[in-house]
Amino acid sequence: MKYYLDFEKPLQEIDLRIEELRRLSNGKNSALDTELSSLQSRAEKLLQEIFSNITPWQRTLVARHPDRPYTLDYIGMLTDDFVELHGDRHFGDDRAVVGGFGSIDGRTFFIIGHQKGRGTRERIERNFGQPHPEGYRKALRLMKMAEQFRKPVLTFIDTPGAYPGIGAEERGQSEAIARNLMEMSLLRTPIISVVIGEGGSGGALGLSVSDRLYMLENAIYSVISPEGCAAILWKKDGEVGQDEYTRAAEALKLTARDLLGLGIIDGMIPEPPGGAHRAPEETAENMKREILKAVDELSGLPPERLVESRYQKLRRIGALSSQGESP
Amino acid sequence: MAWFKKVRIRKEDKRVKIPEGLWVKCGNCKEIVYRKEVLRNLQVCPKCNYHFRISARERLRLLVDQNTFQELDADLVSSDPLRFRDSLPYLDRLKKSRESSGLSDAVLTGEAKIKGIGVIIGILDFSFMGGSMGSVVGEKVTRAAETAIARRYPLVIVSASGGARMQEGMFSLMQMAKTSAAVGRLKQEGIPYISILSDPTFGGVSASFAMLGDIIIAEPRSLIGFAGPRVIEQTIKQQLPDDFQRAEFLLEHGLIDMVVDRKHLKETVARILRLLLTEPYRE
Ligand SMILES: [Zn+2]
Repeated sequence: MKYYLDFEKPLQEIDLRIEELRRLSNGKNSALDTELSSLQSRAEKLLQEIFSNITPWQRTLVARHPDRPYTLDYIGMLTDDFVELHGDRHFGDDRAVVGGFGSIDGRTFFIIGHQKGRGTRERIERNFGQPHPEGYRKALRLMKMAEQFRKPVLTFIDTPGAYPGIGAEERGQSEAIARNLMEMSLLRTPIISVVIGEGGSGGALGLSVSDRLYMLENAIYSVISPEGCAAILWKKDGEVGQDEYTRAAEALKLTARDLLGLGIIDGMIPEPPGGAHRAPEETAENMKREILKAVDELSGLPPERLVESRYQKLRRIGALSSQGESP
Repeated sequence: MAWFKKVRIRKEDKRVKIPEGLWVKCGNCKEIVYRKEVLRNLQVCPKCNYHFRISARERLRLLVDQNTFQELDADLVSSDPLRFRDSLPYLDRLKKSRESSGLSDAVLTGEAKIKGIGVIIGILDFSFMGGSMGSVVGEKVTRAAETAIARRYPLVIVSASGGARMQEGMFSLMQMAKTSAAVGRLKQEGIPYISILSDPTFGGVSASFAMLGDIIIAEPRSLIGFAGPRVIEQTIKQQLPDDFQRAEFLLEHGLIDMVVDRKHLKETVARILRLLLTEPYRE
């Protein structure tokens, strides 16, 4: 059973009829086939219409869409062979972060990403994609291994944030994230990151310090969730809801387009109309092209230059002026 | 009417800042104590050792040798990349904070001496928009680390922050990576970095340069963590014990090196540096 967001609802009926016709026709009934293709083009037009006008808040909902492909889905679509590894060698194995190595187009990558679950049971197992410190430490262990074996690192970002809980604090959530930020900035092998869904603040950043940072067209990346921002700004004036989330999402400049314009990310990877959840394979193909292009560019650099240019890339980010100049 | 003078103070400061007037109420033991005595005691409650929050300039006075501080990058200000406004435009909010604090943003950085030892020092000020890190804090901390490398001076940073500054969106978040990368370079150069955590240190500051000190010191009972206690309570739907996320709790869990009273802070930093600094760094 597919899930439809409110603004996707107009599609639901057409989708159902398309499915029904497909079942009836089975490629043998030309009258039905004509009807089918006209319905399909109507659906496509509708998709274009809906998605060309969505607000940043609606895009946030697409980024969190329960049918949207997750890290393991992309790993499945991109790699020929993938070996998953487990554990941080200190405390445990965080199921909200997956990692291992696999082959993309004949090249071995270390691939690490946040993993959300599908269905209630897996969602809980994966802690809704919110890592504990051991998730970040597992990720770092694998990145150091990638450095050791001179393989590029590919990370997928998809988390509401690092988990705010007692165990997470006891085991040093802050330290785990901070260490990743520092170690990733020094890692002597290329790092490519793709925000595939939700880039939730420090919990997302802890896996995304990179030489190339991409976002899927409907992904978001933000210092705080629109809900969190709205609560801070407007809760004192009463209950906050969709209107406030819409305003907050707008103000935070959290979409791929906005962040590309602000120079925070290096590229936006297009999704077919309707989003990655309606065309996962096509999205994965688009992603694969960018990843292979980036790794080709980066593999030529000696490690010292790679690390230096990664530092300079971070170094430049800031919106400053000197007092006296008008900001 | 109360027998001690009530003053209007900003909401976020109410719990801990020392209000004007002859007498103050301690935020911890609730005792009414003589203000002058608290001030004489380095803004620590004489009854219960509660450490009041202090401004960056007050902290500077307590930590560095008199007349040795030379400020760096005092003129840097945010350019409001998101054109952010809530009830007030962000630029107006900054202006107000600048006027009330006398700081250009939430951190003061510079070169100074601690018991004769040359250091690069950075001090965050919680009264400036909750000590939040935006482009200016990120840039100044990064420059402080880079200056420490260039001068071969140790780096000392005192943190007090609610985290990243929402009003600068992703620019704020990326300062976590920028400052952590700068600390990484410092470590590669073998230059000591002492991180001092004061009440409170959270979010984007604790999850970047603050938890990366070679040596991490915290003031007694300071609240330190990744997520704020209210967020955690809402998530786990339980009340948190009083010692949770306190400096002593972090010490017990192996996350910091020591808890040091404010009155011993300067001497402790000097002792550490004296022992760690060998010829190339000695002033
Ligand atoms: Zn007291």
